[in-house]
Amino acid sequence: MRKLLFENLIRSPLTEGVPDPDRSMLAELATSLGRVARENLGRSLSIREIDAGSCNGCELEIHALSNAFYDIERFGLRFVASPRHADVLLVTGPVTRNMREALERTYNATPAPKWVVAVGDCASDGGCFAGSYAVVGGVSAVVPVDLHLAGCPPSPETLLKGLLALIEHSTHSFRSP
Amino acid sequence: MPSLIKALAGTALPHAHHPWPRRIVDVETWSALGGQLAEGRWTLAGLWGDAGAVHMALYDIGRDETDRSEMAVATLPCPTGQFPSIARHHAPAHRLERTISDLFGLEPVSAPDNRPWLDHGRWCVRHPLGTPTESSDQGSPYAFLTAEGEGLHQIAVGPVHAGIIEPGHFRFTANGETVVRLEERFGYAHKGVESLMAGASFERAAHFAARISGDSTVAYSISYSRAVEAALGIEVPVRAHWLRALMAELERIANHLGDIGSVCNDAAFALMHAHTGVLREHVLRQSNNCFGHRLMMDKVVPGGVTADLDRSGEDGVRALLPMIRKAFSQLVELYDETSSLQDRTVGTGTLSHTLALQYGCGGYVGRASGRSFDARRNLAYPPYDALRFDVPLFNEGDVNARVWVRIREVEQSLGLIDQIMAEMPPGEISVAVAQAKETREGMALVEGFRGDILCWLRLDPTGIIERCHLRDPSWFQWPVLEAAIEGNIVADFPLCNKSFNCSYSGHDL
Ligand code: SF4
Repeated sequence: MRKLLFENLIRSPLTEGVPDPDRSMLAELATSLGRVARENLGRSLSIREIDAGSCNGCELEIHALSNAFYDIERFGLRFVASPRHADVLLVTGPVTRNMREALERTYNATPAPKWVVAVGDCASDGGCFAGSYAVVGGVSAVVPVDLHLAGCPPSPETLLKGLLALIEHSTHSFRSP
Repeated sequence: MPSLIKALAGTALPHAHHPWPRRIVDVETWSALGGQLAEGRWTLAGLWGDAGAVHMALYDIGRDETDRSEMAVATLPCPTGQFPSIARHHAPAHRLERTISDLFGLEPVSAPDNRPWLDHGRWCVRHPLGTPTESSDQGSPYAFLTAEGEGLHQIAVGPVHAGIIEPGHFRFTANGETVVRLEERFGYAHKGVESLMAGASFERAAHFAARISGDSTVAYSISYSRAVEAALGIEVPVRAHWLRALMAELERIANHLGDIGSVCNDAAFALMHAHTGVLREHVLRQSNNCFGHRLMMDKVVPGGVTADLDRSGEDGVRALLPMIRKAFSQLVELYDETSSLQDRTVGTGTLSHTLALQYGCGGYVGRASGRSFDARRNLAYPPYDALRFDVPLFNEGDVNARVWVRIREVEQSLGLIDQIMAEMPPGEISVAVAQAKETREGMALVEGFRGDILCWLRLDPTGIIERCHLRDPSWFQWPVLEAAIEGNIVADFPLCNKSFNCSYSGHDL
């Protein structure tokens, strides 16, 4: 173990540079966030992930955000275990009918101000599963969505850009109300 | 031992079914097969519904490691909407039969458990794949099995979990710290994939097959594509087989790396997780560089593959292998030498050899409990019939053994990629898929990282899917997790669960 730790001291870090927050995402957020909410949150966000029936592909890339390359915690973004600790709900999947109530209840358990980010093509409108008897079809059919991140699955970079846009938007508005 | 085909002794079909036989059997043969499953003569590979019939895929695991398996499908027509329960003889059929009755409305007669499984009473429809009838979306109550005794208490977990994982419900009954009973309840990720596939062209249905379980997208696509190709009698170019295997082994390595780290993380050893996370990311980036998608989704399609390996891809893979080998061997040493970690993984969540055999547990779950089966070897498909590899086997059946199987499989997969890079022939990567102008059926069993994935399908004369069934390895792994956790402490459940890492979406479909 000592050898591993030592090697890490002399190697340069793997962590990537900071991507620019996506302009189009900023625009979507501008219309969806209240000023009070932004002022309350500052530069740090706690995220609760909810799988509303995804294929697990989106989860894999959300997981990747925590690896040394993307290191999401350096931006003040943190995954938390309970919706009661969360500012942001990151929702994946086409929302199956069997998950609908669980999603609603998790949303209701999250204290305001809160944001909902729909991750992946499924979460946006049901994706290829739209029209099935078993899916509602998109997160916004169940709870209000503030930001959509497209992709199947969205790359960690896309996810990061979107989440940074969320922070950027809140602090920008905080400084110049 | 009589051959499987002789045991089936039914009538052949009016149309082609490849590569293994399917026979229409009568009620007596059907029930007799149930009895033989219980005796351990065959392994259950799948049990699924169709319009007015039920199908059961069986195989013979082979006498020893070098013996090839034999596979066949028995079909029982159900004109009265009923069929004799297999679960009555053979417990692994339970959830499959409950699913058949949820989706098709076919009733397993004298089934020991007739509670619904995937249907939570929220679809607005009953028997969506059989004769649909309207129903409500209000949900129906579910009766969990009871466990009674002094001082027992229940803990309900899910479907929304604390970590970033898929939805499912676990009902623990505990005596203090110790788990007395675990009962799983699934179906939360049910998307109705089989109903979406029915009526779709085989090209479009490939899209669904790739999204049944995102972590196994390559293996699912290979299974589905091989079934289509078997049905239509299509020979894909040799290079396509090799490229498929390259993708499949990259997928296996990426998943094993991620999960070995996650198991250690659940034992509070985050260092391992951080390092395997980096290696996994390297594999995903290289996959993206080679094939244009980090998970290689939609790259395997009926007829071949959609992306070839170019110069930069070849160089990338060649550079990746030594890098992983070097870093991984250090991590293996670290795992092996950290006694505090082994303290958590050794002797935890033990799955018996008997249960692994009975349930036909595929993948590392079976191979950590002494069940030696790997579709790449026992029902070898190209290019694995031309490649050299071992199927690692452990007998302890605990979390530690499952970790070791996966460690050894990473090493085997690296060796396979070496061979693929050295021996892959040049040439075309796909062929046009022509319609058969008649009804055709095909099936395939493909080894994903988690275990064997079964695909069975019937195409109409114009290439439209009439029925496609995909059976995730988790069907035969989830039930034994309930047994493996018994007597362990509640706090060790995440560790045990992660060491199984069954799929929710693949199971719920
Ligand atoms: S968007 Fe794609 S990767 Fe994400 S859950 Fe849907 S099908 Fe899976």
